[in-house]
Amino acid sequence: MSEKREMIKIEKLNKSFGDLHVLKDIDMEVKENDVVVLIGASGSGKSTLLRCLNFLEIKNGGKIIVEGKEIDPKKDNLNKVREQIGMVFQHFNLFPHKTVLQNVMEAPLVVKRKNRSQAEKEGKELLEKVGLAEKADVYPSKLSGGQKQRVAIARALAMKPDIMLFDEPTSALDPELVGEVLSTMKQLAREGMTMVVVTHEMGFAREVGDWVFYMHDGRIVERGQPQELFNNPKEQRTKDFLSSIL
Amino acid sequence: MPSFQHFFETFIDSYPVFLKGMLLTLQVTAVSILIAIFIGLFFAFLKISKIKVLEAIANVYIYIVRGTPLIVQIFIFYFGLSEYNISGFWSATLALAFHNGAYIAEIFRGTIQSIDKGQMEAGRSLGMTNALTMRRIILPQAFRRALPPLGNQFIIGLKDSSLAAFIGMYELFNVATTAGSNNFDSMTYLLIVAVYYLILVFLLTTIVSLMEKKLSASD
Repeated sequence: MSEKREMIKIEKLNKSFGDLHVLKDIDMEVKENDVVVLIGASGSGKSTLLRCLNFLEIKNGGKIIVEGKEIDPKKDNLNKVREQIGMVFQHFNLFPHKTVLQNVMEAPLVVKRKNRSQAEKEGKELLEKVGLAEKADVYPSKLSGGQKQRVAIARALAMKPDIMLFDEPTSALDPELVGEVLSTMKQLAREGMTMVVVTHEMGFAREVGDWVFYMHDGRIVERGQPQELFNNPKEQRTKDFLSSIL
Repeated sequence: MPSFQHFFETFIDSYPVFLKGMLLTLQVTAVSILIAIFIGLFFAFLKISKIKVLEAIANVYIYIVRGTPLIVQIFIFYFGLSEYNISGFWSATLALAFHNGAYIAEIFRGTIQSIDKGQMEAGRSLGMTNALTMRRIILPQAFRRALPPLGNQFIIGLKDSSLAAFIGMYELFNVATTAGSNNFDSMTYLLIVAVYYLILVFLLTTIVSLMEKKLSASD
């Protein structure tokens, strides 16, 4: 069986905010088609780790290798790297002054300089895919949280990224709206999208994750396939965390 | 106080000179505010640049404008620029632009910084550059938020243009005082000019609120 392509590899990643050492010697790799789920308590560094992957936070030390190429934030064009890495935020961050379709078309138009009709066609297809075709001409303020997040997913997909990052995509949603976002993400995973997901949805981690990483205090304390990590955690801290949330 | 009938008759009789004055008032105001918007944007960017020297330059500019009377600024521009054969019109207009630019800079700085930082992150995460995100995502939202205070500043600018009278511009206020003293009837002409200003402010307010309405389609 051929080895799957390595999409992201990080070595000895360190990140501090002032005196606060948030990420400590993180090693991790994400292979093509993998869904990696990061779990852990608030403040454990999950979101910071995710944000380092697309350079919204700049590491203080270590290596970040994206699709085989080590990225130096000082020399490399981070905008190009970010084109390959889509991101979905906890608070959606849709562009409120643009309609749903305009949100999805924006980056293809201005970054990839696609022509309008092509961008519009692809945008509509993506909205179809996330089940919001009929909302194309509506402004985000008219959408529910779950709909906003699905638009945000479509917007990120519009750049045809190789990797998708999800930063607590359902944490700001009312409970009854979580399902529609998770099912959109599941569909993406089934289609083979490489995904790194920070979430508190253990059901999603168990069902969709290929790998689950448990983070505590800036380190990946334990990593494994979902069944083994959830059913047989080896580390005491993982056991404590899992028993506190389940 | 003049009788209403006298006021009304004088209003009708004097309208040709006042319309001329109004035209000049509108020109000074419109051109100075247009320039002030660019000055304001420029200094707002300096202030949010996070580069100490640039921030300091913007702060000094704003400090000077706030700390000196507009009439002094107008005279400094007038006498300073007369050496270079620059007309009274442009002296007044540039002085007003210089003055309003500082206040508009603070308005833009405030509204740009009030836009959620997630907007910038969303733009960046899609591969957009800082400048592109600023132009396409942040500024349109900031400008919309800036409209009410901007409208206020436009009104102040319009009224302040009356100070151009003191460097000989024959704008609304000058028309009123000149006609008033020529006819030994200052009060009537001052009341008339007050009406002209009220009408202009009313129109300006209406235009700004129409723009607000138009831009609030996304609410």
